[in-house]
Amino acid sequence: MIQKGEATIFEKSVPQRRAIRFPATEGLPSSKDGLPAEHRRAAPAALPEASELDVVRHYTRLSQLNFSIDTHFYPLGSCTMKYNPKINDQIALGPRFSKLHPLQPDETAQGILEALFRLERALCELCGMDAFTLQPSAGAQGEFVGVLVARAYHQKRGENRTEILIPDSAHGTNPASASLGALTPISVRSNVRGRLDVADFKSRLSPKTALVMLTVPNTLGLFEDDILEIAEAAHRAGALLYMDGANFNALAGLVKPGDLGVDMAHLNLHKTFSTPHGGGGPGAGPLGVKKHLEDFLPVPRVVEEAGLYRLRGDFPLSVGRVRAFFGNVGVLVRAYCYLRRHSAKEFRQISESAILHANYLKALLKPAFEAFVDEPCMHECILQTDPKRMNGVRTMDVAKRLLEYGFYAPTVYFPLIVPEAMMLEPTETESKQSLDEFARAMLAIAEEARMTPERVKAAPQSLPVKRLDEVGAARNPDLSWPGRVPSA
Amino acid sequence: MFVPTTEKERQEMLRTIGVGSFDELVGSIPEKARNPSYRLPKALTEMELARHMEALGAQNRLPLSFLGGGAQEHYIPAAVWAVALRGEFATAYTPYQAEASQGTLQLIYEFQSMVCRLLEMEVANASHYDGASALAEAVNVALLDFDGRNPGRRGAVKKVIFPETLHPHYRATLKTYFHQRADVRLECLPCPDGTLAPSVLAGYVDDSTAAVAASCPNFFGLLEPAGELCRAAHARGALFIACVDPVGMGILAPPGSYGADLAVAEGIGLGIPPSFGGPSLGLVAAKRSLLRKMPGRFCGLTADRDGRRGYVLTLQAREQHIRREKSSSNVCTNQALCATAATIHMALLGPEGLREAAELCYGLSHELASALTDVPGFRLKFGGASFYNEFVLQCPQDASQVQRALLKDDILAGYPLGADYPWLKDCLLVCATETKTRADLRRVAEAARKLPVAAAR
Ligand SMILES: Cc1ncc(COP(=O)(O)O)c(C=O)c1O
Repeated sequence: MIQKGEATIFEKSVPQRRAIRFPATEGLPSSKDGLPAEHRRAAPAALPEASELDVVRHYTRLSQLNFSIDTHFYPLGSCTMKYNPKINDQIALGPRFSKLHPLQPDETAQGILEALFRLERALCELCGMDAFTLQPSAGAQGEFVGVLVARAYHQKRGENRTEILIPDSAHGTNPASASLGALTPISVRSNVRGRLDVADFKSRLSPKTALVMLTVPNTLGLFEDDILEIAEAAHRAGALLYMDGANFNALAGLVKPGDLGVDMAHLNLHKTFSTPHGGGGPGAGPLGVKKHLEDFLPVPRVVEEAGLYRLRGDFPLSVGRVRAFFGNVGVLVRAYCYLRRHSAKEFRQISESAILHANYLKALLKPAFEAFVDEPCMHECILQTDPKRMNGVRTMDVAKRLLEYGFYAPTVYFPLIVPEAMMLEPTETESKQSLDEFARAMLAIAEEARMTPERVKAAPQSLPVKRLDEVGAARNPDLSWPGRVPSA
Repeated sequence: MFVPTTEKERQEMLRTIGVGSFDELVGSIPEKARNPSYRLPKALTEMELARHMEALGAQNRLPLSFLGGGAQEHYIPAAVWAVALRGEFATAYTPYQAEASQGTLQLIYEFQSMVCRLLEMEVANASHYDGASALAEAVNVALLDFDGRNPGRRGAVKKVIFPETLHPHYRATLKTYFHQRADVRLECLPCPDGTLAPSVLAGYVDDSTAAVAASCPNFFGLLEPAGELCRAAHARGALFIACVDPVGMGILAPPGSYGADLAVAEGIGLGIPPSFGGPSLGLVAAKRSLLRKMPGRFCGLTADRDGRRGYVLTLQAREQHIRREKSSSNVCTNQALCATAATIHMALLGPEGLREAAELCYGLSHELASALTDVPGFRLKFGGASFYNEFVLQCPQDASQVQRALLKDDILAGYPLGADYPWLKDCLLVCATETKTRADLRRVAEAARKLPVAAAR
């Protein structure tokens, strides 16, 4: 269980202590003789000096200070914290996949290339797209590539379109990726039903619009029910429709984005396809496109030619390379493994269960927490804390108190357009029992807010640390343990 | 499938929700798009999957390899992934709730600290996608800094200069990131001698230059005169971005020691298997004055209400979830689990272990260079220059043919340079790290000696 605080590895360091040693270098040319003085390091890097047990124990103890899917219900909305099957890690880290060098000749890497090729084909099938690139390292890089693809497409047609329409409910990466690709983001209002305001949208569409970026289901956990009309209007204006598919866990096996008029979509494999989130990454954000955009995809691409899988770089219209090597391949292997465990029908059951669980949780919590939009939700729901009804208790307080009940907190204060937002995504892999227990805890906290609000506001009291001074941390950033680094 | 819900529970849930059927929950999906047909293979059980992946794995060959080229092979101690793969690390996400994420947060803080010490830089972030995208982000920091220092010039063209000895894929990535920017011009300088001469660079750097980026060691394994290049950049007010090999830091001068403003690296040498190119680990470090323009997450040390030490994500006001389109970077999900492995790896190696590994890289690659150049017809392309663990070997014929011929002996002798450098068609980039033994070196040299072209000389 959780312990209190842990000294840093630097404080535990003892001069001369060792863990890993390498074979002796006798008889080999020495850098002392051959390396010019200007290239030589003056003093060794000030890394910790520790035994193997010191290191293993230190980091094992640190791990025990975390909540995680393996240890706790983790309803972090928009992140799809579903179970990550262990076999997938084992396969991806096996030597036949993990030891492959990215510059190996194609004929020595047929197994991995076939897996990547098949993964692309399966994603095309699930999304109703014609081609996929697996290269983007995360969702945000997928968006960025999508922006570049859109720019290249319009430029090829002799049009210089410079604007992108993005709903005000969108994830922050959407406008940030647009800027990075040198498109000007134009924000579009959401309506009272939490969907894109179609009138506002149409008023902002213009011959300058390159791309419309829509999240489906959106960040309020709602399906954009006007999507066909939005797609039609975008296309009539000469713009392309991009779908942020970070929330695809509600749609896989149920709906093909390609059938909704979407020209391109990225998926977050670290969400829908269950690759471990790793404490913040790595992920993978593959981008799927319809035929008319395929030529612009990044290189290299996996192709099959005469029974041989190859990595090809000669696509003259491509937007280019987005990273040094093929992609986060270990993540892609895990996603491929996950995909092969499920038939189309099972994908549908997964999506339906994710939707069912979110609606069930919402129904259980309704007595105490307001739903932002009172309609059935998709795979996640947005609830609000009402400080006026709860003696000044805010969403942040509820989140902190939940930790003490042994649950990770939902995503809070996102989307930005919902005051006191709590975004709950239970996922399909949680059982009815964990949903029931979680709901009991939430209702108990609501009751505490009425009877003993100070207790909620003071939470957490029983975790390794109490609430932390974030203002101080940002004002005077301490970002590394003092040691042998040059002073500022 | 990993859904625990039974049919009975499903019915109970629908009743609690107050609907008669599931379809009532998805009424907002247009009718015509619902229930499409799919052509996907049938589901495999765990055992069948294992068998399928074993069969695919068998189609991957693992020859004795001397490939480097930005993804050098290094030894990974068993303890690294035994700990990093613990569910508490692997199945957590971004530590938004600090009180329930102190493990990941303290680890990131230690990671940032170790990267600073490794590179002798003042600040390092919590990781980026890979070395190439890390470089693109660093260039972006330099561009922002240039705009900040030259408010009158905003919108005018800024130059970013780098030599052709920068990894070709990194150069390509820079082009992808910036080709839509009307205010940015990338300039690639030719290096017929294998390194960039400071006097040549000085001829190109001017007042519109925002940054000079160079790697040391460079793509050919050669040590660029990084200190002098840095001074040439600074002389005209440009920032210098160094791209380095983290394992090489065991013996090589760190970028902070020669005044680099930003330093980036591909971190897969630090406990992360190459995995055909990823997951990778981009390291981004800088001088403290650039901190508020840096991309990505930072973890900071602070105190809780009782004054007890604790860690939080900090400086978030720079990031996309707050600044949206005005954010300097779009990065959200990073490479945290790779940073976790790298932290454990660096702690296991310590200063001496890292030095030993780097010294072995130096020694074995130099021994390999002698052994191969003893074979008639083979010579070092850039003979006089200092290298670290990789070198350009000129062959008696097209290098791809040499590579293919040696592959018959189950040896991957190196990377043929012709595709990226047409003037080096007969050259192989050859690397040896601590993972090789002297017997391995003898084996490739003997195989090279038996090549028909070599024998003919
Ligand atoms: C709706 C949405 N879009 C985009 C992203 C960005 O994806 P990533 O973090 O993989 O870059 C996320 C997740 O963080 C998201 O929830």
